[in-house]
Amino acid sequence: MTPKSKLRFLPRGGASNLLFLVLAWLIIFGLFSLKAPSFHTARNVEQLLRESAIVSMSAIGMTFVIVAGGIDLSVGSIAAFSCTLVAWSLQAKHSPAVAMVFGVLGGAAWGLANGLVITKMKVTPFIVTLGSLLLIRGAALGLANENSIYPPATWLNSILEPPTGANAKLILPIGVWLVLLLAAVAAFILGYTKFGRHVIAVGSNENAARLCGVPVDRIGLLVYTISGLFAGLAGMLLFTRLTIGDPTSADGQELDVIAGVVIGGASLLGGEGSVAGSLIGVLIMETLRAGGTQMALPSWAQRIATGAIIVLAVGLDRLRVRKAT
Amino acid sequence: MPFLSMCHISKRFGATVALDDVKLEVESGEVHALVGENGSGKSTLMRILAGALAPDEGTMELGGQPYLPRSPMDARRSGVAMIHQELTICGHLSVAENVLLGMEDSVAGVLSRRQMRHKAGSALSRLGYGDIDLDMPAGKFPIAVRQVIEIARAVAVGSRLVVLDEPTSSLTEADALRLFEVVETLRDERHAVIYISHFLDEINRLADRLTVLRDGRNVGTAGRGGATTEEIVSMMVGRRIESMYPRSTREQGEVVLEVAGLAGKVKPAEATLRLHRGEVVGIAGLNGSGRTELLRTIFGLDAVRKGQIKVGVASGAAPPHERWQEGVGMLSEDRKDEGLAIGMSIADNMTLTALERLGKGGFIGPAAQDRAAAEWIGRLAIRCQGPKQKVGALSGGNQQKVAVARLLWHGVDVLLLDEPTRGIDVGSKELIYRLIDQAALEHKAVLVVSSYLPELMGVCDRIAVMHKGILGEARSVEGLTPEEIIREAVGA
Repeated sequence: MTPKSKLRFLPRGGASNLLFLVLAWLIIFGLFSLKAPSFHTARNVEQLLRESAIVSMSAIGMTFVIVAGGIDLSVGSIAAFSCTLVAWSLQAKHSPAVAMVFGVLGGAAWGLANGLVITKMKVTPFIVTLGSLLLIRGAALGLANENSIYPPATWLNSILEPPTGANAKLILPIGVWLVLLLAAVAAFILGYTKFGRHVIAVGSNENAARLCGVPVDRIGLLVYTISGLFAGLAGMLLFTRLTIGDPTSADGQELDVIAGVVIGGASLLGGEGSVAGSLIGVLIMETLRAGGTQMALPSWAQRIATGAIIVLAVGLDRLRVRKAT
Repeated sequence: MPFLSMCHISKRFGATVALDDVKLEVESGEVHALVGENGSGKSTLMRILAGALAPDEGTMELGGQPYLPRSPMDARRSGVAMIHQELTICGHLSVAENVLLGMEDSVAGVLSRRQMRHKAGSALSRLGYGDIDLDMPAGKFPIAVRQVIEIARAVAVGSRLVVLDEPTSSLTEADALRLFEVVETLRDERHAVIYISHFLDEINRLADRLTVLRDGRNVGTAGRGGATTEEIVSMMVGRRIESMYPRSTREQGEVVLEVAGLAGKVKPAEATLRLHRGEVVGIAGLNGSGRTELLRTIFGLDAVRKGQIKVGVASGAAPPHERWQEGVGMLSEDRKDEGLAIGMSIADNMTLTALERLGKGGFIGPAAQDRAAAEWIGRLAIRCQGPKQKVGALSGGNQQKVAVARLLWHGVDVLLLDEPTRGIDVGSKELIYRLIDQAALEHKAVLVVSSYLPELMGVCDRIAVMHKGILGEARSVEGLTPEEIIREAVGA
């Protein structure tokens, strides 16, 4: 009566999914390395991680939303807003640390607003965040007077730079470490806390969760706030790479974020997904992009390949899951 | 003093009296069966107990305290656990997390996994399921185990009253036996159990007492062995067939629909039936016995696993659009989600199956469509503003008339009607009975599924009973008694 796997030594559930993803990434990476010998150099890998850091940051927050059965289309706009807000704060002579906090909290505030409309007014998340995608982009443009903001250079600009001098031991840029650290925290929250289990319960069976006394609306409010917070962090990283506040940046980034999370094994129906999976999903997307560029593939071919990979990856994963049950 | 007492409970929905002065008393350490036909008021009573509905009149006491739950959550907190047919399991969470959902052990928000596993494990082993892998996602287990997980949830939160609503309707024989042991454990642990089931053999085996409801009233309470199966059945039925069913002299013609050894993916398991022109055949049975699935399989909505279907000269399975072309039409039991496109107009709904008749080259002549609809609006006295009105704005009875008019306008020879009078007013019911009779008179064949026995006895020439997916022989209603049908339906 109790289903017992015959292959008990193989990792179960989430872990087997991760193994599958890592293998997929290794294959893609290996193929590109064969075609373009300079692809697997340390410098290139570091470059890849740096490029992935911004999208990965948003993907951490998005994982919470998608696991809870929602969607957040506004993360690209929030990142652009936060990026602009950091620049604006620096120009207003705030210290870099304060500017950073403003950027991150600005993002969280937008997320909270999304969550309030979704849970209090009972509007579907797709519509709410589609609206706020436009609204927040408009706010970013307004904040910068439809121009870019060029603030004075500070130490913020080096967060995603390769470490030098005393920091050289770190090997990877501080920003990449920040992503990994926060991802670990987020994975712990999702996997080992009451809140995390409630997020999964709401996404898995909202009625059951409500019946068992899970505060469904509060969970909803929190996941969108978390998504906004991480989009704000992504915006802060975006600023450190651009070193200017560009309100038109990160256009369409929400789609990269969602694609990464979904490739990482999350189900848009809710209940399924992991932070580690999302990070590898983003990495797979970035590797495809970097590899395509390295091999000088034309942009149209890269887009076709990326689109096909998204559908293929998710399709294969569904097949694998169906076989397993 | 009883642990639960519900006294003088009354509930009205508009003009319908759902419950009239109903009384139910359940002791601790007792399995109390609640019996009654569909529509007898059992579910309304249970929804009141579970806090989903407020009674219009009456009082409730639980453990000697006045009890008036304001919400299902409130009822749970008071120790009342409902186990519905549709389980509330989060398939992605582990067994332990499901058992303790909403009351997880945690220190500063971080789960205490060991403690949770211990609690969930002890609740499950008390129910005889100590061997379950607590870390496995609950969705990976079969339905019987998921049901026990839900019962364990009730045990773990310390519920003292457990309501099981048709718990065996989707279980196999062996799983049902194991569930009985779980129910007996609950009783031995001094829980009060309300057990709702149509299967009288289960009730004879498990129940210490039983209460029978009929038409929203108490008709009897009996202790173990206090009522024979015969007596219970007659308490459940208890009424004579009313005379609202017209029946003209019908003439049986050739066979138009023949089903032999038909089996679907799950249900039906085995169905053999011949339907002649000019006759009305009814299919009786409990909810979930596979009656709807039989119609769906014939109509091509569900897959055929085994057996033959023959419509006129065409044989074999066919998708719905071919069935329509062969002259077979189906009326769904689910008017809102399947039967009608609620957002479309009366005319669109009525003519959807054969739009090609309304114009040439793929165009629809709006005038022709309105004319067609207007004719049937008149013939069935559909109360509306006109053919263009949205179906969603009509009353239930008028919506059902639109759904029936679709079959009549299409001019089908075989009418498959699933619960044709569910949730509609008496006037519309009478009209539908008249239309069924007239269809038979016009040498059409009608197959009706209904949970309302007097109706089936009233309109049909022959009735076949479905029990756990197996269709019995269709017998003439002459000489058939409601008691016989119910006994066959519950497998007694």
